[in-house]
Amino acid sequence: MKTASPFLELDDAPRVTVTFDGTPLSLPEGANLAAALLAAGVEVFRHTPVSGAPRAPFCMMGACFDCLIEIDGVVRQACMIEVSDGLKISKPHEAQDDPA
Amino acid sequence: MDTDYAIIGGGVVGLSVAWGLLQRGLSVTVLDGDDGSFRASRGNFGLVWVQSKGMNQPRYARWSQQSAAIWAGFAEELGDNTGQPVPLEQNGGYDLHFSEETLQATVEKYEILKTQLGGDYPFEVLGHNALRKEEPHIGPKVVGAILHHQDGHANPLKLLKSLAADVRRMGGRVLTGKTVTDVVKPDGFVITCADGTTLGAGKVILSAGLGAAQLGPKMGFKAPIRPQRGQVLITEKLPKLINRPSLIARQVDEGGIQIGATNEEVGHDDRVTQPGLSGLAAEAIAAYPALARAQLVRSWGALRVLSPDGLPIYQQSAKMPGAYLVTCHSGITLAAAHARLLPDWLEGSEAAPNLEVFSEDRFAVS
Repeated sequence: MKTASPFLELDDAPRVTVTFDGTPLSLPEGANLAAALLAAGVEVFRHTPVSGAPRAPFCMMGACFDCLIEIDGVVRQACMIEVSDGLKISKPHEAQDDPA
Repeated sequence: MDTDYAIIGGGVVGLSVAWGLLQRGLSVTVLDGDDGSFRASRGNFGLVWVQSKGMNQPRYARWSQQSAAIWAGFAEELGDNTGQPVPLEQNGGYDLHFSEETLQATVEKYEILKTQLGGDYPFEVLGHNALRKEEPHIGPKVVGAILHHQDGHANPLKLLKSLAADVRRMGGRVLTGKTVTDVVKPDGFVITCADGTTLGAGKVILSAGLGAAQLGPKMGFKAPIRPQRGQVLITEKLPKLINRPSLIARQVDEGGIQIGATNEEVGHDDRVTQPGLSGLAAEAIAAYPALARAQLVRSWGALRVLSPDGLPIYQQSAKMPGAYLVTCHSGITLAAAHARLLPDWLEGSEAAPNLEVFSEDRFAVS
């Protein structure tokens, strides 16, 4: 999945495996999750609940809430999380059985 | 004279009145504060609300109803004029209850008001199961709700934006960063600002929110208004979870759920507190348990502008005829009335609404 991302990877930490919408990705452990996903070629982190417009990280500092992703059923800001082994990441509120 | 009307205060109240006066061909200059001002127009909950208002003064209930009834037309006109729509939903709103006792007590008060209003007070009481059909996400602790069909909610920031744009479009002058320090009336009115700006005006409207407490007495008003803090929260944007608004929570047109609000007498302090926000969150989760998993995006505090009895004040100055105090807690609900109906009162026309009960006479020492 490491295709034509315009983002460069700066971390040369050991790789761990996470999944994004079921697709396995090999990311540098401890890297900023939003940055690592962008560098891995993930362009759409989520769709807005009202209009369905695609969204990706914008501010990269915890303020804009555009980089929201879901981990273990909890919606979180990707830019405020470090990469760790085994993260199961999905787009928020897009699962069929999501109550909220 | 530089302008027919000088309006001190460029929030929703001042701009609504400015809009109505401009529509009648009068010239208007709005003097607005700065980012250091307390700005209820930027921090409020956005309800266009009828129920619970005027329990002790049916005229206030009626005035709120009048405004709610013409709000949609007002919003539509603003949207058409500016290309900036003002989102509004008026499909009713709830007063949610966690105990049968408070629900019953409130219903009894509403019945009295309904009689005083000649029956025009369309509400119904929903038990838990009936409420659950309307609001599938309602929590088990909510025993029932009063659904009032004249209630609704708007996007208050878009209202402010659209109003400000339309006032300018119609030729209104809006001067920002102005703190008015003095108003005198040697002949016409002369208004002085802290930065040295002076303005001559035929009439003056004081709609400066909490700022009216300082400026009012200089202009011959009692202006007995005080701040009351409301803290609020807003979540990430979510799929549809709440259909109708209540004082506890509403889902705004953009998807976020706004959770409100504390009522705190803490003076001119608009900060948030951990106990305040925790209490709001707990109550909202009790009402809608799915909110326990929602991410909060922002919290803020804002100051309500309250008179001793909570009613608006509409008063012409005896000391300076031609100066008017226009202030209220519910600037969003009353925006349409202020834009469409109040100008007749200011101009003293035949069609002027009777606003006697909102005068400062009610604060006379007895």
